[in-house]
Amino acid sequence: MTAMVERVGPEIGMPAQNQPALKAEVRGLSFHYGEVRALKDINMALHEKQVTALIGPSGCGKSTFLRCFNRMHDLYPGNRYEGDIVFHPDGLNLLGKDVDPIEVRMRISMVFQKPNPFPKSIFENVAYGLRVRGERNRRNVEEKVEQALRAAALWDEVKDRLHQLAFNLSGGQQQRMCIARALATEPEILLFDEPTSALDPIATASIEELIHELKQKVTILIVTHNMQQAARVSDFTAYMYLGELIEFGVTDTLFIKPKMKQTEDYITGRFG
Amino acid sequence: MAATDLDRIRALIASHKRWDTAFAVLGFLALMVGVLTFVALFLDMTLKGLPRLSYEFFTSFPSRHAEHAGILSAWVGSTLVMVVTAVVAVPLGVASGVYLEEYAAKNWVTDVIEINITNLAGVPSIIYGLLALGLFVYQFGLGQSILSAGLTLALLILPVVIVATREAIRGIPQSIREGAYALGATQWQTVRDHILPYSSAGILTGMIIGLARAIGETAPIITIGALTFIAFLPPAPVGAEPPFLNFEWLTSPFTVMPIQMFNWTSRPEAAFQLNAAAAGFVLVFMTLAMNGLAIWLRYRLRKNIKW
Repeated sequence: MTAMVERVGPEIGMPAQNQPALKAEVRGLSFHYGEVRALKDINMALHEKQVTALIGPSGCGKSTFLRCFNRMHDLYPGNRYEGDIVFHPDGLNLLGKDVDPIEVRMRISMVFQKPNPFPKSIFENVAYGLRVRGERNRRNVEEKVEQALRAAALWDEVKDRLHQLAFNLSGGQQQRMCIARALATEPEILLFDEPTSALDPIATASIEELIHELKQKVTILIVTHNMQQAARVSDFTAYMYLGELIEFGVTDTLFIKPKMKQTEDYITGRFG
Repeated sequence: MAATDLDRIRALIASHKRWDTAFAVLGFLALMVGVLTFVALFLDMTLKGLPRLSYEFFTSFPSRHAEHAGILSAWVGSTLVMVVTAVVAVPLGVASGVYLEEYAAKNWVTDVIEINITNLAGVPSIIYGLLALGLFVYQFGLGQSILSAGLTLALLILPVVIVATREAIRGIPQSIREGAYALGATQWQTVRDHILPYSSAGILTGMIIGLARAIGETAPIITIGALTFIAFLPPAPVGAEPPFLNFEWLTSPFTVMPIQMFNWTSRPEAAFQLNAAAAGFVLVFMTLAMNGLAIWLRYRLRKNIKW
């Protein structure tokens, strides 16, 4: 297993000693929807407090891969993982049979493709993760909700209407509220599944800026179908095609001097 | 395009449109068969019964003298039976619906159960009456009581409540469930905090529609042996002195609105027919009011939900 860690370093185009600590390592991950093998032997790493982007054409398995990290696939029957995702610093295998997916989801939050506010107030939306954890102290909840909304750059816009329905917010605000909801429980990794695909360009820009801010505190993995977005927000990029990881490396290197012909074809728009 | 071609196309369109008109007329007539029949029946009943509707009609027991007879024991009986029905059918139906939608594994056993629930909704109500007579009245020794009747009607509307619950739950987008699970919620937390609150409008509607059906049921109630003439009320469920609530009324004999109506329509005297029409008006009014309440509740509860 140590061999694999060493292999990750030089290949991604950054001297091993300059690399931030690893937050998670994916080792030999395959994923099956029933008989269909949707992911094939993926090896890569997430670096702590860095943004890693997953790019690739539709159906390449990037969302499927993302949803392995918080065991979303466990909600549906017939899904099967192979391989490991080792979570650092405690070395927990997120995909372990004896690891409770609920424990995993308590530590790794997710923001979805379309904003999915609950039909509750803004406050109750953001507080829901705390409620799930049994937080009863009102002062604590209020404090953490405010912190999360500030971190999601939404506080100033909603502080006077926290108890209004979340549906009254604009699409971009709803998505930032969903980010606040995911942040309120102080996750170690934040997963984004094409978070801006349902938003207009201005809202998209504000979310991208937010992602940039958030990496001070949290490790981020983001799926995007937009290559410019990956180039703008991420430190590392992984290019996937047909369930395989084709190339993984430092974003600048991958976009300027990709090693693989396939990657080059995709990022130059000759394909995909 | 030549002018003659244009004329041909126009003639073609005109001839096609004749079918539009033909169907519109036919459809309207078909609709009126139902609507007018109902309106005529209801008007006839209202015109006959309305003069009999007075305060005394609601506060009098049945009597041999048509002009003194009232529906007191019938509407009290119907109300109490409905209370038992709702209290039994709603928790059972909602729990079953939630289990089937959220918990049950999707396999052939679940499929068989699903098909059977749908079929149960179509079983003639008298069958439920026979079952209840054997099971509740004799086997459990509950007698010909309000409790037996409430349980019987609860069985009858259980499929309605289950189906309504499942429909309401299916209306909740998967993204809401995933949002809750992604925050680390367990299945029960998701059900309690999201699934039940967001489906409450549909569940309430289903419950009221079920009750509106149950309140008009006659056959199963006759089968379990409701009285057709009763000149006393069950013991009051609430009292002024401790313990305030008592449950003796559950074992009391009773009658219900449709049975009272049935009793009066089978009398030869014309005056009793007027009583039956008046009672029928009250019964239809109760049913329509319940349906109205269901529509209003659905509107109120759905107002905050946009998906």
